[in-house]
Amino acid sequence: MPEIGNTYEVAFERPKSMYAQFDRKEDLQHTTHYCAGCGHGQVHKLLAAAIDELGIQDRTVLTSPVGCSVFAYYYFDVGNVQAAHGRAPAVATAIERSRPGATVISYQGDGDLSAIGSAEILHAANRGENITVIFVNNAIYSMTGGQMAPTTLVGQRSTTSPGGRNPATEGYPLRMSELLATLEAPVYIERVGLGDNRQIAQARRAIKRAVENTTKRLGFSMVEVLAPCPTIWKMSPVEAQRWVKDVMEKSYPLGVMRDRVKDAEPKPEPMVAPGLAEIPGLLGIEAAVPGEASRSGHRRRGKAVHLGVRVAGFGGQGVLLLGEVLAEAGLEAGLEVSWLPSYGPEMRSGTSNCHVRLASEPIDTPLVTMPEILVAMNEPSLRKFDASVKAGGWVIYNGEEFPAELMREDVHVLAREFTREAQALGDPRVANMVMLGALLELAGVVKAEAIHKALTKLVKSPKWVELDERALARGRVMAREEREQVSRGCGVMVG
Amino acid sequence: MHRQLMKGNEAVVRAAILAGCRAFYGYPITPASEITEAAATLMPKVGGVFVQAESEVAAVNMLYGGSSAGVRCMTASSGPGISLMQEGISYLAGAELPCVIADITRGGPGLGNLGSEQSDYHQVVKGGGNGNYKTLVLAPNSVQEMADLTRLAFELADRYRNPVMLLADGFVGQMMEPVEFAGKALEPGTPSWAVTGERETRGNMITSLHMKFDDLERHVRHLEEKYRCAEQLEARVERSFTRDAEIVLVGYGIVGRILKAVVAEARAAGLRVGLLRPITLYPFPTSEFRAIASHARCVVVVEMSTGQLVDDVRLALNGACPVEFYSRVGGNVPGHDEVMALVTRLAREMDLQARLEEMGVAHA
Amino acid sequence: MKADRGQLRVDENECKGCGLCVEACPPHVIALSEGLNHHGYRTAKYAGEGCTGCGMCWMVCPEPGAVTVLHLVAATVQAGGVECTGN
Repeated sequence: MPEIGNTYEVAFERPKSMYAQFDRKEDLQHTTHYCAGCGHGQVHKLLAAAIDELGIQDRTVLTSPVGCSVFAYYYFDVGNVQAAHGRAPAVATAIERSRPGATVISYQGDGDLSAIGSAEILHAANRGENITVIFVNNAIYSMTGGQMAPTTLVGQRSTTSPGGRNPATEGYPLRMSELLATLEAPVYIERVGLGDNRQIAQARRAIKRAVENTTKRLGFSMVEVLAPCPTIWKMSPVEAQRWVKDVMEKSYPLGVMRDRVKDAEPKPEPMVAPGLAEIPGLLGIEAAVPGEASRSGHRRRGKAVHLGVRVAGFGGQGVLLLGEVLAEAGLEAGLEVSWLPSYGPEMRSGTSNCHVRLASEPIDTPLVTMPEILVAMNEPSLRKFDASVKAGGWVIYNGEEFPAELMREDVHVLAREFTREAQALGDPRVANMVMLGALLELAGVVKAEAIHKALTKLVKSPKWVELDERALARGRVMAREEREQVSRGCGVMVG
Repeated sequence: MHRQLMKGNEAVVRAAILAGCRAFYGYPITPASEITEAAATLMPKVGGVFVQAESEVAAVNMLYGGSSAGVRCMTASSGPGISLMQEGISYLAGAELPCVIADITRGGPGLGNLGSEQSDYHQVVKGGGNGNYKTLVLAPNSVQEMADLTRLAFELADRYRNPVMLLADGFVGQMMEPVEFAGKALEPGTPSWAVTGERETRGNMITSLHMKFDDLERHVRHLEEKYRCAEQLEARVERSFTRDAEIVLVGYGIVGRILKAVVAEARAAGLRVGLLRPITLYPFPTSEFRAIASHARCVVVVEMSTGQLVDDVRLALNGACPVEFYSRVGGNVPGHDEVMALVTRLAREMDLQARLEEMGVAHA
Repeated sequence: MKADRGQLRVDENECKGCGLCVEACPPHVIALSEGLNHHGYRTAKYAGEGCTGCGMCWMVCPEPGAVTVLHLVAATVQAGGVECTGN
């Protein structure tokens, strides 16, 4: 007589991507820390099963939230990163961007995702980050002991809504899936439940689908899971499960909210990084030209230079550019230089000014509180800075009528309608370069060649370089004429 | 390499990339925005990641993610944004994640204004987040130091597995000076503790959570030990004429530059004045201050805050030397003439007066 | 006697006695034990026969390894010696 010998094989067991024993847990390392009947335990298993089935355990990175599932890293045998409350989508974003081969899964609860982390989830979804978000919604803050969440149902009691959630003062349950489904970028958003066998089976399919999307680099996928919290709800596990189906589901209808998986293109492969030798060039860092001396101020021979300039005018007059060309030319001439702008709203409108120093020695302070030369492109600037000019210095003023009350005995003045001169050259906007030409002539510290080099570096259009060169030349002539008229001498700034 | 003219903020990003930084997460704020803008342009060119975050809170948590994944990464902001990042900085330090955060300080409190202040000293050096942690803080005073200290910041961040902050005022961020990028482009390897989504790192875990009291105590003691090491090894200063100085001026960032001009003028007037400029604000160069206390008769701290650095100077000196304090705030800068006037007054009050009169220095 | 298509193993040490599997089991072959395990839980108990191997109990069980479901792959029937193969 043949022996009875039925053969069975394991079909459903502990997922391989969950640890056999939870060594990271302090005690009771054979069970989870979750309460009996907790939805997190169920979702963990469904997620781990999906990871197993897709064969992606090695490449999976799980970000765990703050909340009851903060300890997800006790259980998942994958790469684990624990994030601050609500911030997991930002953390996941950065991991995925730098490690596009990873499958990054952000596991979050409803307090975490829909309240404190509402901005992070919204923007990760809107950027279409290639991550899976598993959003476990049990309509309450569980770990902290049962406070109201944005997801708490109307009338539901909690420790912070003891009379039941009142929509007049506390608003309505926040339907995150519907909200995020209004965005263009997400590829897949579905709400599932753990309310009965059929719902749980669907949850399993949805979770797998979302993770699969991520492995295919299709973009943002999220599964919201309506989950029981028997302990905080003060129900038996079976009652809590029924409550998900009978009550929660009414506020949170199940179903696919967004699905463009079929049409979604995989994210482009990341570019091949350039070799290290190419990096300086890509950053615009200039290599030293062999045979050419380094542009160090200490190498300059000849007389000592110490020039402080203040340039001021209204936004749009090219105040900052004037200073920049001067500084760049100084550097070309082998001097130490500094350029310090006024910045902020002044940059957008109103007054603008900058400090420029050229020196043969290292510059201590880049601030020029007592300039040797003031370039005042309008009257308010003149009024603001005239008194600060060092005795023996120059004021170059854009206007022929120099206000009498600002006249100083101890300062030279070059007052001309520079804008009109610029107009005559072809464009009133080169008034700054006419004034710079005058400044260079008076200061006598930088040769024309250095100025030309600086201009071609900073001004991209050859047409403008040509015009600027003519403007500079005109300015030099105007300054020379002025100096010839002034008997009190010249070149006071140099020395 | 070759010296080229550049804004401090632009130099930071280039130095970062040369140091192997391949991810930048930014949120705009004046006067730090140029850093984020330069990163947006340059990171993609070198195969790096740039993300414009939805807030500074998100940006700092992206740092947490990027660093967890073993990538050298950074962000930049200013006062109000740094305040928002404090949550994340505490987590980064707790989880021992290296990264670099630049604070280009503006005026405060609250929205304050866009002018330059040094009023973030406390929130950066002392830390604004919860728990027992420190951030290493470097304080550049020039565009060259913006580049050099950014590179150093990445080295220190990796060495100590801790966030390193670059604390610069708006002037240093906004000004242009010649800069030379020393050193080759680096390609740091992936640290063994990172979580990269590969088989080799599957067992790795990043967290700042330690549920057992004894575990957390051990962890906090371990962090403390790291900080003690950094205090021994990493403190940096610039000394200028301190050897025989009777009055030692102290200031960091742009103030250090202004004070240098004051020292030059004071020395020219025959006054024995020197400058001690902390380059690291944490670790604080305590021993350097103890050393000057042996001969200095007065230490003058100058800040663009109502007095934050001065607390650390007083702690370091521990009463060994009187400390005077001078400050301007609101976007105003302590003028070199203002400080000179103070130095002259102090010199007169001390028995340097006789010498002053000898030299014929006028009363300020 | 026809062999069951499935079999069920419960790890009594891991089971927290939530009862979700009892509720979920389509052929109703799971019950909670009368006695308590050493943690103090009444644990899930398979009736010993009638399992269809559907896996619902595994799917609803919040503990990773408390429930293991097996499928019949080869049965030998005493009477006719007929062999059948399941999946």
